[in-house]
Amino acid sequence: MAEKKKIPITHTLIPEHTKLSDDEKKKLLEFHNITIKDLPKILIKDPAIKHLDVKENDVIRIQRRSSTAGESVFYRGVVNE
Amino acid sequence: MEDKPIYKYIDSIEFGLLSPKDIKEMAKAKVVTPELYDKEGYPVDGGLMDVRLGVIDPGLRCKTDGQKLKESLGHFGFMELARPVVHISFVSVILDLLRSTCRKCGRILIPNERLDEVKDLLDKISLEQGPHERRDKIKEVIASLRTISKCPHCAEKQQKVSIDKPTNFLEDDKRLSPIEVRARLEKIVDEDLLVFGINPAIARPEWMILTVLPIPPVTMRPSITLESGERSEDDLTHKLGDIVRINQRLFENINAGAPEIIIEDLWDLLQYHITTFFDNEVAQLPPARHRSGQPLKTLVGRIKSKEGRIRTNLIGKRTNFSARTVISPDPKIDINEVGVPLMIAKKLTIPERVTEWNMEYLKEFIKRGADTYPGSNYMIRPDGKRKKVSDETKEQLLEEIQPGFIVERHLMDGDIALFNRQPSLHRMSMMCHKVKVLPGMTLRLNPAVCAPYNADFDGDEMNLHIPQTEEARAESEILMEVQTQIISPRYGLSIIACVQDSISGNYVLTKDGFEVSRQQAIDLLASAGIENYDKLPNKPRVTGKEIFSTIIPDDFNFTGKSRLFAKNPDDPDAIVRIVDGKLVSGVLDSNNLGQGSGLLLRNLHKKYGADDIILLLRNINGLGAEVLLKYGFTSKISDIDLSESAYSQIDKDKKSAYKDVDKLIADFRSGKLESLPGRSMAESLELRILERLNKLRNEAGLLVEQTASTDSNTMKMVRSGARGNNINIAQMSAVVGQQALRGGRISQGYRNRSLSCFKPNDLGADARGFIQTGFKFGLKPYELFFMAMTGRDSMMDTALRTPKSGYLYRRLANAMQDLKVEYDFTVRDASKKIVQFNYGEDGLDVSKTEGGKINIKSIIESVK
Repeated sequence: MAEKKKIPITHTLIPEHTKLSDDEKKKLLEFHNITIKDLPKILIKDPAIKHLDVKENDVIRIQRRSSTAGESVFYRGVVNE
Repeated sequence: MEDKPIYKYIDSIEFGLLSPKDIKEMAKAKVVTPELYDKEGYPVDGGLMDVRLGVIDPGLRCKTDGQKLKESLGHFGFMELARPVVHISFVSVILDLLRSTCRKCGRILIPNERLDEVKDLLDKISLEQGPHERRDKIKEVIASLRTISKCPHCAEKQQKVSIDKPTNFLEDDKRLSPIEVRARLEKIVDEDLLVFGINPAIARPEWMILTVLPIPPVTMRPSITLESGERSEDDLTHKLGDIVRINQRLFENINAGAPEIIIEDLWDLLQYHITTFFDNEVAQLPPARHRSGQPLKTLVGRIKSKEGRIRTNLIGKRTNFSARTVISPDPKIDINEVGVPLMIAKKLTIPERVTEWNMEYLKEFIKRGADTYPGSNYMIRPDGKRKKVSDETKEQLLEEIQPGFIVERHLMDGDIALFNRQPSLHRMSMMCHKVKVLPGMTLRLNPAVCAPYNADFDGDEMNLHIPQTEEARAESEILMEVQTQIISPRYGLSIIACVQDSISGNYVLTKDGFEVSRQQAIDLLASAGIENYDKLPNKPRVTGKEIFSTIIPDDFNFTGKSRLFAKNPDDPDAIVRIVDGKLVSGVLDSNNLGQGSGLLLRNLHKKYGADDIILLLRNINGLGAEVLLKYGFTSKISDIDLSESAYSQIDKDKKSAYKDVDKLIADFRSGKLESLPGRSMAESLELRILERLNKLRNEAGLLVEQTASTDSNTMKMVRSGARGNNINIAQMSAVVGQQALRGGRISQGYRNRSLSCFKPNDLGADARGFIQTGFKFGLKPYELFFMAMTGRDSMMDTALRTPKSGYLYRRLANAMQDLKVEYDFTVRDASKKIVQFNYGEDGLDVSKTEGGKINIKSIIESVK
């Protein structure tokens, strides 16, 4: 069976999820002086990141609308359960 | 020898089980009889109150260590059980072990060749991920072993082990006695136990089945002597008595060779008593009760829940040097003061150390004694001996006193006190005040600090604590004095501000048209406690704005909007403008003086600091109160009278609303009514009617706003925002409006109608709780009933919501108590895991903003 093309979910309540490149990831971890375990988590099978083709220990950037700051950036480390 | 502190470093803590051998070794007495005391009232040897287990009677000595009451800590005893019994706390562990090990050879149901693999995996997990993950993995392993039907070691067929709660184990629906269970647990080899996370050196699984029961020391279950001289034993002693009694009967029956059924019944009974001895709230068991019917409080009950040792005794400590009574308002004291009744001031004390310089001063306190204020209650010698100050001891104390002694003197004006009202929901619930000793029996506070405490005076009580050391006092003053809490960290605006009279007074004062003679102005300022009249213009008549300007600093500039602005931006009083400390235009109302609104107080706070704001607020409050006092401010019923035309307008509005409602009902009955999206027709009708009737009330409110006389005092309160709104006035003078029950119109009560005076299925406004007259004209009987219904409903609602929100708060506080903002602006928990990447997503400290925003314009303006 041909693999279906993965498309991101478009819904007003689901903010934009993007995968960090290795460079960006390293920079983020170094900036906060943390390991990937100290990040908030996101499940590898989370529907919101299905289209990103992620593996464990990737970092996802989430850009949300925020009532205080207009737009805010959040990061999550991908975990398998 | 010099006292050297001993330093010990805790490397690890081991949790294990007591073996029967351990229990016997630590026990100082064997308990064999349920009797407690002999005829003389002396504890029986071998009884539960045996003197070898410690003493609780004065005069007796513990036979084990020879110490007296309160010296001996007590000692454990033990009891030999006739038959083994399951320990309730380990039932789940035992079940796991039975399921994961072979019924014949006792080995774990993992083949030898895979055993090391599993162990290595577990070690790796605990090393890399931590103990929690290891425990999760163990659970998984145990779950995977449940389905194995053949032992990989001896090829024995495995049976299904299940549990008949709380304490019976079943194998293939046949009961396993604790003896059999114990035999199986004994067979498990030490190496296999490591897989389960059990260290066999300190916790062999068979010890989870009790053969010997430790008897806790007498000292942890003291009996109390009632006034009648009767002894009342502790719950634990009662429970232990039951256990000993049943145990003995079981022994006797076994020795007499009684039938198996009788023995088993007694055995179950023993199991029940021992289970409830540990935990009297086991789900499937009826709790053991007193003769009076109330459940016994046994071991687990002593520790667990709100009334347990942890929450009441360890977290909830009680304090000395504290007071609690009813509060009442006193606008004449400062916001950072607290009025303390003389009676309390004579009980609460401050320890003052005697030096050469203050000795004479402190001697006076001792001379005055404990009854004359300000006196002293105790004197403490350097050796720690505490001596009461009384008429008899006074002379002697005065001779004895010398530098280094401590005198506990009465509370006096200016002392530091912490003032608190529960529930302490935020940090402003406990603030530091300066003491002001006053006559009367209540604690007094300035009404302006009601808001942070959420206090009113309908019977509220508050607590007062007196810090006893210099450090504590300094810390309290710096961290929690009232002026440090003026700006709320929740919304970055003033939470301590003007309230009630202070707002309406200043509104009257600063409204255009207020003009008095200079003489009267000075009189006013003087009575408000303001003594500097330099800024008052030298002319025969001065305006209210000029009077108000005298208390504003000269270099202050401000522009803001008053409440008028929303209604009429062109009104000369709509824009509040302060130029060089002079109120040029604008009336001061709750928009600028009230709590949580407007930037006047916020800007003053920013520019002049917290301490000056306290003085300024005192002056503003004083001025407001004095204006009302001098020129009068009475609210009267005729204030809410409306003009003839207004009444006819309201009648017209009412008629049209009723017509609309009738039309809606008619449409509904004929099925022509348009439904709202996602609603049935009946629901749509209800919503439409509610909407229409609310519109009517709002129309009435609007009408009141337009037609009510501006110069009536009631309306002044509304206009200034001090109290009340137009809807309130409309409810009094025109129409009370729809009474809502559970979010809708009142529909229940009788079959198809709300009250028996209406026809069934009447959907009209009146029949469903709409009150069409104002309070002033009185309610019709059925309207009163509707009011009573909603009144009770809302009362129930508050009564039920308070504990709910309290518990919600407790959970939130516990979940967030150690979150912290780090230097990189991330919010992290105790293990430094990130919770939020930028505090509040904008990285702002709200208490340093103006209403949650930073006004860049004004910053630029100020540095220009």
